[in-house]
Amino acid sequence: MSKYIFAVYNDEDVLMQNIKPLRSQGVRIKEVFSPFPIHGMDHLIGHKRTRIAICSFIYGAIGCLLAIWMTQYMMIADWPMDIGGKPSFAYYKNVPAFVPIIFESAVFCAAHGMVLTFYLRSKTLPGVTAFVPDKRMTDDRFIMQVECNDASKKADLTNLLLKHGAEEVKEYGK
Amino acid sequence: MYEAPIREPLILGDKTNHDITEDICRPIEGKANKYWWWCFIVAVAALLWWVLCVAITVGEGIGVWGINNIVDWGWDITNFVWWVGIGHAGTLISAVLLLFRQKWRLSINRSAEAMTIFAVICAATFLLTHIGRPWLPYWLLPLPNQFGSLWVNFNSPLIWDTFAVTTYFTVSLVFWYTGLIPDFAVIRDRAKTSATKFWYGLLAFGWTGSSKNWQRFEEVSLVLAGISTPLVLSVHTIVSMDFATSVLPGWHATIFPPYFVAGAIFSGFAMVQTLLIITRKVLGLENYITTLHIDMMNRIILVTGSIVGIAYITEFFIAWYSGVEYESYCFINRATGYYWWAYASMMTCNVVSPQLFWFKKLRTNITFTFVLSIVVNIGMWFERFVIIVSSLHRAFVPSEWGTYHPSWVEVGIYVGSLGLFFTLFLLFARFFPVIAMSELKTIVKSSSTQAKREALKHGHSHVSHH
Repeated sequence: MSKYIFAVYNDEDVLMQNIKPLRSQGVRIKEVFSPFPIHGMDHLIGHKRTRIAICSFIYGAIGCLLAIWMTQYMMIADWPMDIGGKPSFAYYKNVPAFVPIIFESAVFCAAHGMVLTFYLRSKTLPGVTAFVPDKRMTDDRFIMQVECNDASKKADLTNLLLKHGAEEVKEYGK
Repeated sequence: MYEAPIREPLILGDKTNHDITEDICRPIEGKANKYWWWCFIVAVAALLWWVLCVAITVGEGIGVWGINNIVDWGWDITNFVWWVGIGHAGTLISAVLLLFRQKWRLSINRSAEAMTIFAVICAATFLLTHIGRPWLPYWLLPLPNQFGSLWVNFNSPLIWDTFAVTTYFTVSLVFWYTGLIPDFAVIRDRAKTSATKFWYGLLAFGWTGSSKNWQRFEEVSLVLAGISTPLVLSVHTIVSMDFATSVLPGWHATIFPPYFVAGAIFSGFAMVQTLLIITRKVLGLENYITTLHIDMMNRIILVTGSIVGIAYITEFFIAWYSGVEYESYCFINRATGYYWWAYASMMTCNVVSPQLFWFKKLRTNITFTFVLSIVVNIGMWFERFVIIVSSLHRAFVPSEWGTYHPSWVEVGIYVGSLGLFFTLFLLFARFFPVIAMSELKTIVKSSSTQAKREALKHGHSHVSHH
């Protein structure tokens, strides 16, 4: 398992400006922790685009099909009812009345499926112990997680980070 | 993102990221002040009254209400539509304003979404009690049952309503909760006692704020906003179809869906004003919820109030223009008949009063806004009462004519539902961060007073880098 040290920044712009110079000098940045989302950060440290919106679309499509099947089965196949002289014997004639149900079902599945996927993929669940390298990371500090496998190079790496805008460099939880 | 330095700041008082954390966490970490306790005691008293009136309704049956064979929907459905409508503003603020990139939503979206959830809970209690046998609500769901192949009728707007309200409530809840997670983590990480650390740690779901998590979080927020927007429009559209798909004069109107949606946003923003004007004062959040925010919301009240006004007049015109005597009678009776006073209240509160917001002096006057926000909600309550009761009390033949007066139990359930609503909101304001800290911090570098000052001093280049 890799070992890490943590560079603490007090300004998100300073942190962002220093990512490229640090990486060009061979520093391996694993993650950046911040109290709020910073646009472009994911791209800068090399995260791929999230596919969670595609998942949402698939869940929505499943919800849509589920509702089409449900209304077809219940209203046409299993128990056709004559309502107001307008019997529901053919799905294509009856389907306008089912549009609200199909829409709501699609939204329900798309939203809940996506949020559940988000929680599971991000390991954001009740009872999970949080990874907190520095307690100020949810307040006003920005933490850069840097790989440091060779203990002999730790001092050099620390100096490099301090030279590149870091306020302090520390180990996990210390 | 570039923002003109002359545009008014959204965060006043030179606040830094740390100041935001301190200011929003202070009410949660400290003790509740006496204003909170007084409000809470009154709200819980009303809630207990609600429990009593609901118990009587469930125990005796809805015969204890004033409704009868002629006017068979009364205060119950009036209150249901009123509460659901109020809920719509929260989704509008958090979803629609997100899609339009309106940054002023950031300090009000959290409490507006909370309002949505509590208002929909209140609305649901009216749905449950009005069915008469509230222990059988699953009859509304398409479940396999012991009566043979008997399913719910998917042609019925009442079943569409079941699906719409369920989807709306649960989706609003996860939208709200997902936004709360990073803020719970803030409280967890600065907790002084182990109990605070434990409970907020549990609520925070182990959130860390890594850039991968933020990337997903932003995508989830955007997609949820995208699908919540048609969802919120669909909910009040479907509520309006409960009426519009019938053949009753006064209900049978194609204008209902847009007119109901505009009315919902109108009343919802009024309720947001009522709540936030008190909240900002009691919790000392004047630097975050500024007169600019109040002005912006008043503009939306003005727009939607005008749409509602035009809808009322259009309805009246079409009743005459259609040449249908039942339709014409219904509207003349509405304005001059037995319930004329309800109609007059509705027109005054909803059509005349919001027009005062054309004046900037009034839009930015906090006392005036507070009073008008309550006037608007009274007006919107009367709108639903007028639509429901005045249409029902004079149907096609004189044998279908009658009147309706609520019983004390019905009044009690309504007043009690306000107690339920305020109890939930006060608990929210006590234990949850009322402003989305993690979202508000994103505009410190572009829309705070110090950022504006810097930008004016140095020209445009220093406003923001991304």
